Amino acid sequence: MTRVSVVALGVWLAIGASVPAFAQAGADFSGVWQPRYHEDQPDRIPGPELTDYTGLPINDSARQYANSWDPSRLTLPEEQCRVHVSPYIYRGPLNLRIWEEKDPKTQDLIAIKHYSSTFEQTRTIWMDGRPHPGPNAPHTWMGFSTGRYDGDMLIVETTHLKKGWVRRNGVPMSDQAKMTEYMVRNGDVLSHIFVLVDPVYLTEPLVKSQEFVRSTRELPAGTWLWVCDPVLEIATREEGEVPAYWPGEHPFKDEYARRHQLPEIAVQGGAATMYPEFQEVMKKATIPPPLPKPQPGATRVTGAGQQQGR
Amino acid sequence: MTAIQTGFSRRARVLSVAASLAVGAAVAAATAVAQQGQNFDNVQIETVKVRDDVYMLVGAGGNTTIHVGSDGIMVVDTQFAPLSAKILSAIRAISDAPIRYVVNTHLHGDHIGGNEAISKAGRFRAGGNVVGDLGAAATATAVIIAHENVLKRLSADPPSGQPQVPFAAWPTETYITRKREFLFNDEAVQIIHEPNAHTDGDSMVFFRKSDVLATGDLFTTVMYPYIDVANGGTIDGYINALNAIMDVTVASNVNEGGTMVIPGHGRLSDEQDVVEYRNMATIVRDRIKEYVKRGMTLEQVKAKKPTLDFDPRYGMDTGFWTTSMFVETIYKQMAEANPPAKPAQGKNQQKGKSE
Repeated sequence: MTRVSVVALGVWLAIGASVPAFAQAGADFSGVWQPRYHEDQPDRIPGPELTDYTGLPINDSARQYANSWDPSRLTLPEEQCRVHVSPYIYRGPLNLRIWEEKDPKTQDLIAIKHYSSTFEQTRTIWMDGRPHPGPNAPHTWMGFSTGRYDGDMLIVETTHLKKGWVRRNGVPMSDQAKMTEYMVRNGDVLSHIFVLVDPVYLTEPLVKSQEFVRSTRELPAGTWLWVCDPVLEIATREEGEVPAYWPGEHPFKDEYARRHQLPEIAVQGGAATMYPEFQEVMKKATIPPPLPKPQPGATRVTGAGQQQGR
Repeated sequence: MTAIQTGFSRRARVLSVAASLAVGAAVAAATAVAQQGQNFDNVQIETVKVRDDVYMLVGAGGNTTIHVGSDGIMVVDTQFAPLSAKILSAIRAISDAPIRYVVNTHLHGDHIGGNEAISKAGRFRAGGNVVGDLGAAATATAVIIAHENVLKRLSADPPSGQPQVPFAAWPTETYITRKREFLFNDEAVQIIHEPNAHTDGDSMVFFRKSDVLATGDLFTTVMYPYIDVANGGTIDGYINALNAIMDVTVASNVNEGGTMVIPGHGRLSDEQDVVEYRNMATIVRDRIKEYVKRGMTLEQVKAKKPTLDFDPRYGMDTGFWTTSMFVETIYKQMAEANPPAKPAQGKNQQKGKSE
């Protein structure tokens, strides 16, 4: 998303702040929604390649975390059922059901509910004006959300998130992150934009957008389920082991850059890589040598299309 | 280090935790030292309901856990002495039942400071020969339970110039085995010792029916693991303790909720929060261990920034337990346990994995 878009969102936020809080007249988002992946498709469906941090405003700490992250960590039983946090879950494959909960006596809107088939997550967006909990309350995958309408646009503020990731190749999101979402309905298209602020791992807000299309019919029950039972996947692993690469010694650290012929400075991310001016930097940067061609008969993982979203 | 903005300011957090834990090195003087220069007048005790019978009290010291029921009240850790009246007031807002037990997770003053006042506000159940031998003293106060090593250290001569922790604040019942367990309030209570972790006298308290675990400083959400070497703490023991916490806790099928974890400091947590913390501690320990094996000096290890990825979340540049001290402590313990390999061997250099 460009700087212009960020500015536009800032204007939206300023407008939103000026309207009465918890106004309860706005678009009805109820229904079954399915995402479209035309935007950022390689990142969202096949999944990101290792050490691809392009366009992420990460700091050095996030970069070291990601460069040390070994995907084998997800084989640990305690990591196998790890849920995508709400700032990420809308990016992946999911079916989304939205409905409203109203006070039966007054018909005031109490909450808007989101059920995501991925990880069977039910998210509550409180619309009744309640405050966010204090700093000692637990954090959850979906966080604690409150919403308000600005005209027909729903604005949601979320806190109390668990530690997660902003890209599922190990780029972290801390439990101090906060998210603001903007949801707009145009007929049967739902536009969802979020602004993520993370004082631990991001130097600037991360802005992402995605679209959903309303389904005209209910989906089979099984498509809504996500059952996760952790098992022992690597029997020889010593108890307490946490797979990680030594800092600076990621065995595939240059693979993404070489495969796509991108300069190292671009794939390692950072706020500068989000902006158009960075194209000039890239023109002057050194392109690494391409990966060697596979041996005859060999099957090489090409990245796109090889992985399925967890 | 980049300052992070949380619900409470980082500076306030650092000062609070530092003041809370700075007492570790001087055990006998813990309470007195911790109280110096700290004004408790404006401290508010926040009560967080964890489960029907279990509450977390957050003040200025370590978190306090309250368990209430038909048998009475159990108090796990008592914060600083000057906060006792506020702690008691918070307890009475929950229940008027008698305080029967005080349990100390370890010996630091921010966890035992209120022992005397809170135990004296309670009374124990006793009869038969116990009352016959001890008279009214047998039931005059709540029992104070801790691991034997807590009593040993509190009752030892304090460092020169430091006051002794009052006798009335010492544990009245100790245990030397891995675990002590009993039924209280129709709840199986397990007091589990984790050796040589934060200190050498650490206990965590598991309320089995309520499915709540109070960890003491074996787990916090606010800082790097504090290894109190002077009182028997080790990084390996600390990581073992974190894994032991994960053995006790059971998450829901989406790695959230299930067993709730009351940390020594910080917010109410669950197993997944402990997993993240365990991962951090293990990764940092393993990095430094590897660097020691490669023959690196402490300065070389520091130059490698082995905590860079976690510093904005847990690091401190000032105070009693800085990031630098954390690294130095691990380095020293790894160097003692894993002497560096002789030069030119380099057999571990291609491994590229944490162990």
